Amino acid sequence: MPRELTQNRIQKIWIPSKDDKPSMPRIPHGGPHLANPPTVIVMVGLPARGKTYISRKLTRYLNWIGIPTKVFNVGEYRREAVKHFSSYDFFKSDNEDAVKIRQQCALAALRDVKIYLTEEEGQVAVFDATNTTRERRDIILEFGAENGFKIFFIESVCEDPNVIACNILEVKVSCPDYQDCNKTDAVEDFKKRIECYRVNYQPLDPDQYDRNLSFIKVIDVGRRFLVNRIQDHIQSRIVYYLMNIHVQPRSIYLCRHGESQHNLQGRLGGDSGLSTRGRKFAGALADFVEEQNLQDLKVWTSQLRRSIQTAEALNVPYEQWKGLNEIDAGVCEEMTYEEVRERFPEEFALRDQDKYYYRYPSGESYQDLVQRVEPLIMELERQENVLVICHQAVMRCLLAYFLDKSADEMPYLKCPLHTVLKLTPVAYGCKVESIFLNVEAVNTHRDRPEEVKRGPSTLIRRNSVTPLTSPEPNKKPRIEGLDDPTIREVTPAQLTLCSTTHTTLALSTQHWLSEACLT
Amino acid sequence: MRGASRSKNTQILDKRVCMTNCPTLIVTVGLPARGKTYISKKLTRYLNWIDVPTKEFNVGQYRRECVKIYKSFEFFRPDNEEGLKIRKQCALAALNDVRQFLTDEGGQVAVFDATNTTRERRETIIRFAEQNGFKVFFVESVCEDPDVIAENIVQVKLGSPDYTHCNTEEAVADFMKRIKCYENSYQPLDEELDRDLSFIKIIDVGRRYLVNRVQDHIQSRIVYYLMNIHITPRSIYLCRHGESDLNVKGRIGGDSGLSARGKQFADALGQFIQSQNISDLKVWTSQMKRTIQTAEAVGVTYEQWKALNEIDAGVCEELMYEEIQLKFPLEFALRDQDKYRYRYPKGESYEDLVQRLEPVIMELERQENVLVICHQAVMRCLLAYFLDKTAEELPYLKCPLHTVLKLTPVAYGCKVESVCLKVEAVNTHRDRPTNVDVSRQAEEALLTVPDHQ
Repeated sequence: MPRELTQNRIQKIWIPSKDDKPSMPRIPHGGPHLANPPTVIVMVGLPARGKTYISRKLTRYLNWIGIPTKVFNVGEYRREAVKHFSSYDFFKSDNEDAVKIRQQCALAALRDVKIYLTEEEGQVAVFDATNTTRERRDIILEFGAENGFKIFFIESVCEDPNVIACNILEVKVSCPDYQDCNKTDAVEDFKKRIECYRVNYQPLDPDQYDRNLSFIKVIDVGRRFLVNRIQDHIQSRIVYYLMNIHVQPRSIYLCRHGESQHNLQGRLGGDSGLSTRGRKFAGALADFVEEQNLQDLKVWTSQLRRSIQTAEALNVPYEQWKGLNEIDAGVCEEMTYEEVRERFPEEFALRDQDKYYYRYPSGESYQDLVQRVEPLIMELERQENVLVICHQAVMRCLLAYFLDKSADEMPYLKCPLHTVLKLTPVAYGCKVESIFLNVEAVNTHRDRPEEVKRGPSTLIRRNSVTPLTSPEPNKKPRIEGLDDPTIREVTPAQLTLCSTTHTTLALSTQHWLSEACLT
Repeated sequence: MRGASRSKNTQILDKRVCMTNCPTLIVTVGLPARGKTYISKKLTRYLNWIDVPTKEFNVGQYRRECVKIYKSFEFFRPDNEEGLKIRKQCALAALNDVRQFLTDEGGQVAVFDATNTTRERRETIIRFAEQNGFKVFFVESVCEDPDVIAENIVQVKLGSPDYTHCNTEEAVADFMKRIKCYENSYQPLDEELDRDLSFIKIIDVGRRYLVNRVQDHIQSRIVYYLMNIHITPRSIYLCRHGESDLNVKGRIGGDSGLSARGKQFADALGQFIQSQNISDLKVWTSQMKRTIQTAEAVGVTYEQWKALNEIDAGVCEELMYEEIQLKFPLEFALRDQDKYRYRYPKGESYEDLVQRLEPVIMELERQENVLVICHQAVMRCLLAYFLDKTAEELPYLKCPLHTVLKLTPVAYGCKVESVCLKVEAVNTHRDRPTNVDVSRQAEEALLTVPDHQ
């Protein structure tokens, strides 16, 4: 006897009715075939090869498409354990104490990986460390086998001295390890640090030793890739993503169409044209674009009249994307909020309850938008300078991707009319400049209402497209032995002394450190 | 879609991202029986389906035109001067046709399918491309697994025109010698020597890939596609939801439930699936009630895809064709004029559908046995992909209710078995009427509307 179906009120998804709860089988929404069992992505590579850059970017992407992902950066664990970094000597392979600490940090991180994937509903964990020896990788493989996790390696190989120098300047010099050093010294020390690893570096070997592992080798910042044994959908998506990202400096400009007739009337959706002020904005946008003096700017619009009219004023070629159309408000299209509240009071309330998941009857939700907009994100990653002229909800989705905002925050991000957001990738994140083009417009932003009664959680979240902000890396020192109050004696030979070229680093006598130092 | 005509206007404001400003020449590389033609044809089919005009040029075909009767592998011996001369001429003839396709006929991608195993031959092609402003992307297939090669020979070589007069053993023996002729002079793409070329090297049928210098969007898409396809035997089952209440009334779209007969079909489908004894069957539905109800009866876990929802008929949702003719006679005529590109006001077109379904196709390629319970327009789009139908044909493909299509990849194409599950249902197929002029009479427009309540 087939089960009766009901449509859950917020997401408008048909599920077999069984009291209130969505019953078995779990019905994933939007993107099925997601990572099960959980996957551990393992970074491999010498320092300054972009491992953390890749880890964080990939994590941001996976969270945005709804796959709970978290980075576990072993360097962070090390910085917790070893409060003060003195020099590269810590990384010498013959520094037994340091080797021990580093090993323990790695194990602590793996322990946290396990907790995240088994108890905290994580689906992908990114294990960000050098993992340059077979020995270390074998430990991880064993860990994966014991716990039923899939393992996928991402190795970054690069010998271009310019790229490496650039990396060091962008992200290493400002790292906590070097906060008390001047730039030149930091760079020098870091280079020596790299050499410590290089001696024992065993790259992934697709022909023999590692031929049965699943991995991608990224060579020379994406000039070449070697892909071995992709096991499943998520690995395939990860590979596709990695092959599309680049590190060329560029900027992405996001803005909405100029103020429209419907905006003036407070109406949702529709396909109206620009108001007088909207046209003025389009002109101002044209001036702005000229001033930016960009090499090669691509301009993208939706297929709705108001965004195309805006682009027309720029007098440059532009491309229309249906995927950039505003969220479909279904039966509420072209109504004002008051009319919605009058005619569909229940829907109005439900939307405020959970604006991200809420789907307009016969329309879309923010969750649907993310799925629709994903190919555009992929293409944006491939491109260089792009101006995207879109709509409020769409812009919020795109912004959430670039600024790592969660599903909860996304529908309330402020994207006012007549304001351009200039996003420039920098270090591990994105710099945002907000430029108001000085043409007045109505405010279309509705804040999250204060008293919102959240109903029982009948939402289908598992495997659904739910952007999560990438979680903060674990900062707690959970390294066995290091919390041990019995402090190991540090022999005088191991006490930190700084060379005269270094600023004196504070010696902490409470933590046991074994940091050899520059002589 | 292949054959879809574009007016000058739509070309300027192209809805799709500009894939290539200059056309792309894909060049296969590899010994015989390494899957080059399989890849060429499949890739061509995929690119055409996503609206990138693509054509393959198989040099072997040119050779068969030229040398009417194939005698033996001796033709391919590296010291056979006559043979070499003819083969070179065939390659040049093919390149000439490539040029015509890409420059004069609006083609965007040409797939040059030949062994191209020597650096010298590849240099010729690269020079040709440079002269004409084409980008070049190599697709090399490297495989030394004797089982795979043997299977290839059996599946596609034995049936080739070259061997119509041979028995199996003779054909296989000859073909193996043919491969030998190429082996000595084979210069695979090299990480060092060819480091400035754009290519993908496919190793052991997709176990490993080496990707070098992807230049643009279309090459990136091609690489992604090639990394997702596989050749493990499997079947894809396509069907529509059971007959719905709106179907019975002759209304389009909406989100109604199953009629009594629709429920019967759902049960029959459940039984059919059981009888097929499929290992590891994935079941996919849309997010519309009627497909989910159908899946519920099959009794296995299923996944809902919003992307599989029926085409959005916008202002025409839940109307009968008679009502559409009444309220929107102009729209109705326009739709008949170009059913593939026509977009319902506030709705979608088949063209939009294809774009929305592309991730579904990509995932279908990754999967093995799948049953897709969807809708008429959606099923037409999916079917057009598997059976290589043009934009003209797509909107008129016959996808009746209560019928399951079982698609099984075989050789270079797809075998289709149509299984009618013997539960009566209304016909929802509307043929293209003879008169598509906007000035036509209502009766002419409604001539082909199927019966309903």
